[in-house]
Amino acid sequence: MYNKNNTLFIYCVFYFAFLYIPVLLLPIFSFNDSFHMVFPLKGFTFDWYIQMWNKSRLHQALFNSIKVGIIASVVSTFIALFAAKAFTRYKVKFHGLSYGAILLPFIIPEIIIAVALIVIWTSMGLKLGLIPVTISHILFCTPFCMLILISRMEGFDKSLEEASMDLGENSFWTFWRVTFPLLLPGIIASLLLAFVISFDEFILAFFLSSSDQTLPIYMWSQLRFPKKFPHILALGAIIIIVTSLIVMTAYWLRNLGQGKKKDFSIGI
Amino acid sequence: MSTKNYIKIKNLSKSFGDVEVLKNINLEVEEGEFFSLLGPSGCGKTTLLRILAGFEYPSEGEVFFDDANVTSLPPNLRPSNMVFQNYAIFPHINVQRNIEFGLRKENLSKAEMGERVENALKMVQLEGYENRYSNQLSGGQRQRIALARALVKQPKVLLLDEPLGALDKKLREEMQIELRNLQKSLGITFIFVTHDQEEAMTMSDRIAVMDEGNILQVSPPREIYHNPKNKFVSQFIGNINILDADLKSIANDIISISVDGFGLMQLKNHQNIIESDQVNIAIRPEEINISKVSDSKYDCNFKGKVKNISFYGESTYFYIQLDNSEKILMVSTNESKETFSENDSCFVNFNSTNLKIIKD
Repeated sequence: MYNKNNTLFIYCVFYFAFLYIPVLLLPIFSFNDSFHMVFPLKGFTFDWYIQMWNKSRLHQALFNSIKVGIIASVVSTFIALFAAKAFTRYKVKFHGLSYGAILLPFIIPEIIIAVALIVIWTSMGLKLGLIPVTISHILFCTPFCMLILISRMEGFDKSLEEASMDLGENSFWTFWRVTFPLLLPGIIASLLLAFVISFDEFILAFFLSSSDQTLPIYMWSQLRFPKKFPHILALGAIIIIVTSLIVMTAYWLRNLGQGKKKDFSIGI
Repeated sequence: MSTKNYIKIKNLSKSFGDVEVLKNINLEVEEGEFFSLLGPSGCGKTTLLRILAGFEYPSEGEVFFDDANVTSLPPNLRPSNMVFQNYAIFPHINVQRNIEFGLRKENLSKAEMGERVENALKMVQLEGYENRYSNQLSGGQRQRIALARALVKQPKVLLLDEPLGALDKKLREEMQIELRNLQKSLGITFIFVTHDQEEAMTMSDRIAVMDEGNILQVSPPREIYHNPKNKFVSQFIGNINILDADLKSIANDIISISVDGFGLMQLKNHQNIIESDQVNIAIRPEEINISKVSDSKYDCNFKGKVKNISFYGESTYFYIQLDNSEKILMVSTNESKETFSENDSCFVNFNSTNLKIIKD
């Protein structure tokens, strides 16, 4: 409908260029044979990728990030699963208030959460490190997981669970035989999304991680040394690709089966 | 048929917040009975069924199955199974595993399980559908699978929540007969919830007519049709002419009553009417005859004019404006009264014994 002269079209082009060209520079310069991130490109090299591969502190940071990411995503999905069940299936007391309370980390600035946690954690005499980072990530990821799972939960018919009860299963078996398999795409989506959020997260990790660096903190620490800069570009390029894949998988899974929703709920 | 009361409901009330949806229900259902709960939407019939299933608990009162108090028993521990309005076929497993779903605890061998499923599918005439999924079935097929899934558990009571509501007319009528035959051959108690009076009439041994949380009448279909207890029941079941009436006096079981359009009449008191009752006079359209001249076979003849004629094939309805009333009388006949056309003068005739005195 819009031709190329249309201002909206031009706006769109600029918008996407503004969003993605800086990001695309990362992979481009990661193959550039120079310490400096300036045009013109000097020559093609894999050196930075090889250099990256040999950094043991990077390995440790990557391992830390994966560890934190897995624990945070599993725990927050677990919490969100029961919260979603409660909010969609039962009459929760102070529904609006408790719903808001769980979604609050969405709007509280991360730095506030970080400062609050650092005060509590150190005043309890505990050492900073990966444990408070993980806890803060659980707090931060849970609202995302809950929104995914609530939308999935609302997508299937309550009478399926009733049918299971009616056919002789108690609520535990009903959950495992009916609710869980029907929620599974949502659960996987929630795990993946929470993992990516935790993996990317900087502020909380910066305040709480102490000497146990996660990957974003490691990258930040390397930026100060010009000679170490190019291998961060290489790392960044890989992270962009991997996280995009994970997020796309999560969205695909979340919508999987939702097209058939009508078949789950005929005649309501 | 045995006359043992299998289900007993005693002084049952149910409120959701401030809204009382069931008001002091007392009901007994016999073993092996096809029992319908009939009423308009919002009358509480589905809530009553869900209380029987165990999905809702009554605010007051008790429910007994076979003399055992099941009031607070969860659905998985009750000897009843339900066919849901939307069928609730599990979408993530195939038909075979849907039907097997309720048999997990029976520890059957693979062969026994297969046999049970096969028999259940045979019963609902869907052999060979084991590997289908819910979204590969039509509405009618889902309905049958839901039935098979419930019946494979060999329940004592089958609860059906408007199971035919989503089917088209032809299929619905077939399923009515099939369900009725199935119920007779299995001999188990069916509690059938519907808002469709024809459905309730054709299938049930007894019907409970409900409105606004009350059971108004519990009777066999014929009894409900011919002797409705009040105005609501009479209007809900079939077509009926209701005429305003003014009760004058009762003496020796004879009621003197002034009826709109018919004048003062003397009727026998069959229903223990007392003088303070507010009553109406009712008569079914098929109990009235229409003729060109007054007919001495009948003790009541009134003059009127044909306003409208509706032809339904097996019957024809005449809407007749009585000469001395605003009232338009419905008259139905299955003879071909082709001699009448709209605006013709005519006589309506009937026997006063067919007039029903109905409380408000």
